Amino acid sequence: MSFRFAQEAIDTAASRAQLLDPGAGGFVTFEGWVRDFNEGREVTALEYEAFQALAVKEGERIVAEAAARFPVRHALCIHRVGRLALTDMAVWVGVSATHRGEAFDACRFIIDEVKHRVPIWKKEHYLNGDSGWVNCEACAAAPSHAHGAAAHAHGHEPNAA
Amino acid sequence: MQLKIQYYALMREQAGRSDEALETAASTPADLYSELQARYGFTLSREQLKVAVNSEFASWSRKLAAGDSVVFIPPVAGG
Repeated sequence: MSFRFAQEAIDTAASRAQLLDPGAGGFVTFEGWVRDFNEGREVTALEYEAFQALAVKEGERIVAEAAARFPVRHALCIHRVGRLALTDMAVWVGVSATHRGEAFDACRFIIDEVKHRVPIWKKEHYLNGDSGWVNCEACAAAPSHAHGAAAHAHGHEPNAA
Repeated sequence: MQLKIQYYALMREQAGRSDEALETAASTPADLYSELQARYGFTLSREQLKVAVNSEFASWSRKLAAGDSVVFIPPVAGG
């Protein structure tokens, strides 16, 4: 059961091999890929940065929680840091379990918790040359952004003045 | 007392540095953030952040000691 960071492309074959177990009848993986759009903007590349000393501890707590909630044989999560291009793999989660149900459940639990709890940040680079830290720029500029979006939405309502 | 501060992501860019040794009178992470926000103009409010002391999540009212390492944690976006 562990969590770690990768500076280079994640070796999925080697990672999968670590989860092999004669008692496992199922193996589930999740791969997070770099996508070319987010929240209506065209993305050309991503940079991931992590506070690794705490991130590894929190990531390992998540994997241990998954193992406590679901009877899995092995679980591993690997997250990239550095600059990634479109289609690159940003995160890999693998779970082996006696039965497939636990493997699916634990895999889903791990990726959902990692996204919410582990101190990792993502900077998006956009087609127009801009860039921004996901979840940071928008909320920092929340008053103008939120109002602008609301006004825009209202403007399309049939009964809007 | 002297503290070690590390900055990540948006806050690293706004502070213009990754880390610093800071001489401060701030006795809690909350006081420290107020001091640093005034200095660097951080756009994130304290309510949007978490804080870690010595590489563990900590409360904003924890008493800081000389030599502590403090990291402010902006909203995360892994995956």
